[in-house]
Order: sequence, then C-alpha cells, then structure tokens
Amino acid sequence: MRRRMIVIGAAVAASAVVLSGCSSGGGGGSAEGRGDITIWYSNNEQEIAWGEQMVEAWNAEHPDEQIKAQEIPAGSSSEEVIGAAITAGNAPCLVFNTAPVAVPQFQKQGGLVSLSSFEDGASYIEERSGETAQQYLSEDGEYYQIPWKSNPVMIFYNKAMFEEAGLDPENPPLATYDEFLETSRTLVESGAAPYAIYPAPTSEFFQNWFDFYPLYAAETGGSQLIEDGASTFIGEEGEAVASFWRTLYEEGLAGQEQYQGDSFADGQAAMSIVGPWAISVYGESVDWGVAPVPTSEGVSPEETYTFSDAKNIALYSACENQATAWDVLKFATSEEQDGMLLELTGQMPLREDLTTAFADYFEANPAYEVFGEQASRTVEVPNVPNAVAIWQKMRDEWSQAVIFGEKDVTAALEDAATEIDTLANQP
Amino acid sequence: MSTASTTRRAGGRTPARRGKLLGENPLGLLFSAPYLVFVVLVFAFPLCFAVWMSFQDYFFAAPGAQVDRPFVGLENYRQVLADPAVWRAFGNVGVFLIINVPLTVALSLVLATALDGATRFRTFLRVSYYVPYVTASVAVVGVWLFLFNGNGLVSQLLGPLAPDPAWLINSTWAMPMIALFVTWKQLGFYILLYLAALQNVPKELYESASTDGAGKVRQFFSVTMPGVRPATVLVVLLATVTGANLFTEPYLLTGGGGPNGASASPVLLMYQRGIEQGSPDVAAAIGVILVVLVLILAWLQRRFVGGEER
Repeated sequence: MRRRMIVIGAAVAASAVVLSGCSSGGGGGSAEGRGDITIWYSNNEQEIAWGEQMVEAWNAEHPDEQIKAQEIPAGSSSEEVIGAAITAGNAPCLVFNTAPVAVPQFQKQGGLVSLSSFEDGASYIEERSGETAQQYLSEDGEYYQIPWKSNPVMIFYNKAMFEEAGLDPENPPLATYDEFLETSRTLVESGAAPYAIYPAPTSEFFQNWFDFYPLYAAETGGSQLIEDGASTFIGEEGEAVASFWRTLYEEGLAGQEQYQGDSFADGQAAMSIVGPWAISVYGESVDWGVAPVPTSEGVSPEETYTFSDAKNIALYSACENQATAWDVLKFATSEEQDGMLLELTGQMPLREDLTTAFADYFEANPAYEVFGEQASRTVEVPNVPNAVAIWQKMRDEWSQAVIFGEKDVTAALEDAATEIDTLANQP
Repeated sequence: MSTASTTRRAGGRTPARRGKLLGENPLGLLFSAPYLVFVVLVFAFPLCFAVWMSFQDYFFAAPGAQVDRPFVGLENYRQVLADPAVWRAFGNVGVFLIINVPLTVALSLVLATALDGATRFRTFLRVSYYVPYVTASVAVVGVWLFLFNGNGLVSQLLGPLAPDPAWLINSTWAMPMIALFVTWKQLGFYILLYLAALQNVPKELYESASTDGAGKVRQFFSVTMPGVRPATVLVVLLATVTGANLFTEPYLLTGGGGPNGASASPVLLMYQRGIEQGSPDVAAAIGVILVVLVLILAWLQRRFVGGEER
C-alpha cells in the first residue's frame, strides 16, 4: 500500500514538473532586441480601424520588424486579461489600452519595462505631453507608460428635454452647484426627464471617476485624489462635492438603481458625464449640448479641470524585441498617427500642442473643439501602489454615505481618507 | 471477484510482486489515472497552493521577475478577520443559505412529487422548471432587474406595499432577493434529482400506507420524505456548497454587492481582493476560511439530515 502511494506520488510529481516546465516559458527580452513584435489594441470599432492602419503603415516600411496585432482577448476587463498574461509570461510587447490605475500593479508584478530606460524615453514623453506627463510618473521617478489619449469628461445634456422644461437649451444654468441643482429640479419637476443625471450607482471601484472625481478636479483646480502619499479630499472642497451629489440623490434627481442600458440615450436622464466618444455615439440620436462640470462657485470654462479618463501604452517585460517595440511606440504616437487617432476615434491624443497641431481638424469638427480645449486641463488617477483598493474603498464609503445616505458624508470621507492613506503607503 | 484474485495471486511470483506494487488490479489504476490526475491538478493542487499562498505576502508576478514574497504567518488571516466587510459578507451568505437551502429542499421535493404524479403536461412542466437552470445568469438577471426595480412590474403591482428603496437597493431585501433568485434558477436541477430518487421509492409502500388509511399528505411525510432521504442529503449539500460560492448574482443583480455591501459575498470579495486589487494572498485567506466553514456545515448537515444514512 505504502509503495503504491509512492508510485502514485512520483507520477503526480513528475506530471507537475512537466506542467510547470510548460508554464515557465515567459522570460524577458532585451532592450536592444529587434524583430517582429505583437501588440494588442482595444476592441471598439474606431480603435480597431486606427490600429489596423497604423500597423499597415509600419509594416510597409519595416519588412524585418513586422507587427502582429490583435484585439485584447475577451475578459471581464482588459486589466484582468493583461494581469493574467503578465503572470503567464505571454503578454504582448505593447498594449494600446493600458489603464493608468493598473500600472502600479503591473509594475509590482514585474510586468512592465521602464520607458525611461531608453535613451530618449523620458524626453520623448515629456516633449510630447508637456507638464501633463508628470501625472504618469511612477513613484521611482520613471515612466512605465506613455500618456497616449484622454477622454476629458464633461456634462452632456439633452437640448430637447431642457427646452421642454423651459430652460435655455443653448446656455443652460449649470456652472455652479446651486444652478445645477435648480436646473435638475426644474427638469424633473416639469416631467421633462425622470432623472436629471444618472451616473452608475453601482459599487465597482472605477465608478467614482464619473461622479466624484471630475467635480473634485474642477473644485480644487486640478488636485489628484492623493498627493505626496496622502489623500487630499478632507476639507471644504471634498465635502462640497460629496454634499452636492448627496442632494441630487436625496431629492431623487439622480437614480440610485442600476440602469440596464444607456440612461441618457434612453431618455431616462437629461444629463450625463461623458468624454468626446459620446459625440459619435449620441450624435445622431440626441440633440445634445455640452458644458463643463460644475463647481460650487462657478469657474470659467477656460479654467475648469476634469478627470482625464486616459488610456495609455505600456511596454511589457515579456517582449523580446524591445528596441523595435519602443520604435513602434514612438511611431504610433507621432504627430501623423495622433492625427489619425483624433480623426478616426474622436479621442484626444495627450499632446501638449493638441489644439494647434490639429487646428484644421478642430475647425472642421467644432463639436470636438470644446473637448480639445478641456484636454489641456485634466487630472489623472494617482499613480500610487494599491490604486484599485484605494478606489474601491472610496467607492464603498461613497455608496454608503452619498448614494444611500446611510452614513454622515463627512464621517465617510474621513474614514475613506484614513484607510486610503494607509493603503497608499503600503508596498 | 475475490476468488479470481486469490487464484491469480497463487499463480506465480511475478504477478504477486506486481500486485504488491500496483495493487490487485493494475489495469484499474490505469483507468482511474485520468480522473486522479484531473482531481490532483484541478482541485488538490490549487487548494494546497491557496493554503500556502494565504501564509505568504503573495502576488502574481511575471515569470523570472525578481520579487519578494515572504512568509507572513497569520498576517493575512489577521487582516481578513479585522475587516468588517469580510464579516458582513459571511453574514450575508449565512442569510442566503438560511433562506435558500430549506426553500430549495421544500420546493424541489414538493414540485418533484407533484410532477411525478402528474399525467398531463408532464414533459412541458419538467422542461419549464429546467429552463432557468440552463439559461445563463447574465441573461436571466436582466429579467429580474426588469421585474424588481423601482418601476418594475412587481413594484407596480404591489403599489404602496412595495419596499422603499426598491428590492435590489434595499439593504434588508437585497440578500433575500438574491436567495429567491438562486432558488428559482437552480430549482430545475434539484427537481430532477428528486424525480430520480422518487423512482426508487417502492410503490408497495404507498399501497400499504393507503390500506392503513393514510391520505396523500400523510403518505408524503411518512413514505416519500424518508424514501428520498439520501437525495435530500445530496440536495442540501449541493445547495450549501454552490450557495457558499455565490458570485454572479451579487456581481450582476446588485451591481457589485450593493447596496453598500449588503449583498456582498465572500467569493465576490475574493474576486475584488485577489483579481482586481492584486492581493491573492488575502483572497486565499478568505477562501480557506470559507472552505473550512463549508466543511463544518456539510458535516453538520450530514449528521443531522442524514439520519440513519450515517
């Protein structure tokens, strides 16, 4: 019996060794390596079109360094798929949809290559994106992502509903919290819309990016959630934003239940917090207008900050031909390719010279101009360890106090700050 | 069978030695090997790995990456047990099981008995109960959201009797709603189990009971229920194990365990901590606690529901 167990044990151990041998084939590449590379890009129609033309343009000029491209494999989120690929050692060279919030985690996993390690790495990024680039620096002072494109969020509103409620559809009063609340009440009380605004009230960690964070960025003139390792939202500004949203929920001006579908497109809400992608999505079906996010006292649109909702590009350590990957990265973020990106997707390349470099585009597409202007005043999620856990903590407290009113708003912000400060300083 | 083995053993030295090494039926080992490998790779290895992970400062890393993942003793367990969200999630799943398991047993047994006796529309009814089970949760959740949101069909029918806030965002009602949803969705499977078990209850017992003057209700309690006791043990165990692993419904039906954690389950927290937040060590600690609790619960159920089956 004992011998039999030994035989079985040996067989199992042997198969485990064989299998572990199979799974450890990842390995890193070299910074000088040149040759074919693989890239992943996002799976929406417009970005696929951009990706395909970029790959075609590169491949035509570089027969010995071909790009093999594919959409990010399906999963519940891109970050989970990329995280799994890093662990398995089969991540591609470049992912053109790397969420800034996931970068600290990928970096901790040893999955990213520091772009600052390339001779012209830091200078290229800083020349292209200007001061905005600083928000994407990791804690060790190096860049593990190139700021690629932003979707600065603003208030989209349904002109027909505003008109029906007796509001001026061309210049609606939405600048201050008082104005915004009064407009919201008018919209709902008049029966023009079931809800004034309907950000997702669900508990996913990223939902605060589309209710709290844009307004907080505007209220503070560009503060991040965490600065110098400490949360910044305890104080008048954070409380003002939270109380504003609490009023919207308390008075039934914002929906507390998750909505199946698009509340703005379906006429359930008169306003929505969206990026420039919304122009092509709602363009035909809704007569829309756009306004900056409100602040307590009202700030001129030229000075209003918002959340960037950026997606970046990172170079992954499993890449064998990293020198080629770096060249492709620069090619894909060149002025020509950025112009193509703007034209094909309506998303804003994170370039300092955005409005001047593509002046013709904005002249021909005035709808995008206001987003183009806004793109120069955006705030990114802080690049700190445990970023996802931090946002989940924020969301849990927000949900309890602001959406459902089961906790005092000030106490909720203080509890969130205490935990977030601890998380931000853990490795 | 034993005679054949004895004969073979007496036959010569070589088979005897092989018999000692590989057991009496070496071929059996070969036949069972694929399943053994499956169990080891898919269940035993991950379980042992999870237990090991829960004692380390562990995170997933790229192959070959130089990372420090030291042994931290019970630190992950301390962190988990100090987290009120974890306690709440276990409490939530407790509420879920208290509603879901008895309801599943009662409804599936009653419906299976009724179906067993039905002569008309039998196939139609069987299929009707089974359809929710084979339909993806993602699709069915949409229907429930339509039924139970604030302006949904059920709330409109109930009028002022409907809870405020609505069912799925009401901290009192969210978990019972999930328990009802899962009971309804899984019912078809358990009805099938009971239908199979009912075929094994001797018809003579019903005839004897009837002769002794037992009515339908008395027959159900005195013949059917004891007759299907082994199936009941199975249903209770399966409902408990699948219920303890609750994930999809809080993830989709209540938007990530909402409102404000009232419907979060331990597995949802494991997903958040382990996959989203990159702390598989903490997730593993929650998982180990969950496994231990489920084992204790299963042992208790076997002891008390199993009766003479022990």
